[in-house]
Amino acid sequence: MASASDLRKGLKLDIDGEPWLITDFDFCKPGKGQALYRCKLKNMLTGTSMVKTYRSSDKGIEKANLEERDMYYSYQEGDFFVFSDAETYEEHRIPTKQLGNSVNFLIEDALCSVLLFHEKVIEVTLPIFIEKEIVETEPGARGDTATNVTKPAKIDNGYEIAVPIFLNIGDVVKIDTRTGQYVERVKKA
Amino acid sequence: MLNESKKPDDLIRLEKIKSNLEFRSRYLKELRNYFFANDFIEIETPVMIQSPAPEDYINAPPAGDFFLRTSPELHMKRLVAAGYKKIFQIGPCFREGETGTLHNVEFSMLEWYEIGKDYNKLLISLQKLLLNTIKNATGSTLISFRGRAIDLNEWKSYTVRDAFSEFAGTSPEKAIENGEFEIILTEKVEPNLPKDRPVILKDYPASMAALSRLKEDDSSLAERWELYLGGIEIANAYSELIDPGEQRKRFDIVHENRKKLNLPKYSDDSDFFAALEYGMDSYTGIALGIDRLIMVLTDAPNIREVISFTEPRKSSAVV
Repeated sequence: MASASDLRKGLKLDIDGEPWLITDFDFCKPGKGQALYRCKLKNMLTGTSMVKTYRSSDKGIEKANLEERDMYYSYQEGDFFVFSDAETYEEHRIPTKQLGNSVNFLIEDALCSVLLFHEKVIEVTLPIFIEKEIVETEPGARGDTATNVTKPAKIDNGYEIAVPIFLNIGDVVKIDTRTGQYVERVKKA
Repeated sequence: MLNESKKPDDLIRLEKIKSNLEFRSRYLKELRNYFFANDFIEIETPVMIQSPAPEDYINAPPAGDFFLRTSPELHMKRLVAAGYKKIFQIGPCFREGETGTLHNVEFSMLEWYEIGKDYNKLLISLQKLLLNTIKNATGSTLISFRGRAIDLNEWKSYTVRDAFSEFAGTSPEKAIENGEFEIILTEKVEPNLPKDRPVILKDYPASMAALSRLKEDDSSLAERWELYLGGIEIANAYSELIDPGEQRKRFDIVHENRKKLNLPKYSDDSDFFAALEYGMDSYTGIALGIDRLIMVLTDAPNIREVISFTEPRKSSAVV
């Protein structure tokens, strides 16, 4: 249970059995009256937004009971990606569409952080950096070490990134999973 | 040597708001000039006090055996009772838990009291004061705020009852009964108030003005008004209550409400009551939020841009 005065940006609430994140918050108190807490909320399951104003006297405000668990990515099975809990080894099947762009950076046995709400997966956070081998790109321009001139390159699952012009097929690169962008070369072919 | 790459965020922030604080200083000077030219004297009263004026929803931060004042009201009234006919004060006030775009726990209040007036005459004084000081400080009687001009020569008054009926299709009494007065006021009434001129909301339900005189022809209403600029509440004014019995009764109702809300009990200021018992002439009082007025005059989006330093909100556990 929370009281209205605990409300603030970033707090997660359980409203009618669904998790909502407070994305915007303001306090107001008109004409010596009771305090109002205006919240803009985003549904963490569906992504829809709403505005809700709480009064200082409102009861029954519930914080969302969210659980963060470490899980290893195991394998892909059709439209699902299977993860296993690092502690209990319990398997969780997460639909491809919920992973979004992240699917391009999943590597077997990568340790991910999974946010759960009543056993339901809300968000999967990958390790910030992963390493991938380049499988397709134009031959590197020898001697050109400029990093600001780029060319397209594909990694093993076909995902395309922009890399400096001196890279070659077989080079292993570091990618930032938050942005999906090339960071540096870690191994030369 | 300055190291630009190491410039602290706090200094960058202070540089950004420098023109606002310069304006603030200039405007405070104009305000003081206006009061001195109109024979007011400037007063300072204690910030640490024993008996905050009781209000249903306003809480004073505790300070050792004392409280930090939520307003200088009761001390200033004791001065009026002693024959100080025209007084003003500019100083810090504190309200626990109030942090937001328009709120800071510590803020600056301008209060002034004048003998022999009622809330209608006080409104005329306020109009003169704003016109005069703003024109002197900015060179104009138009305020540019949030993409619009507020014309200080055109004013509009609504009774609370008319505003609730026109903008929300309900009555203040009904709203209070349902515990919705504040929500309707902020979500339906305030956003629809004219933004091109100063607006006065007046004649509040008696239960919402513990220190104000009631209207002679309708004791369900208090002689209280509030000033809005650009939809933002700026000042609150009363024909002050001078009947000690009635004042005691009103405070007792507030004490009772605060008890129900589990809020701290404040002792009554016995010197204030002694002054009322001794007897006072009719007088008016008004409290004006300096920070908010400066916000409007500098077109600042947040109160934090007109105050040099604000303490961060006390954090409690965030899930």
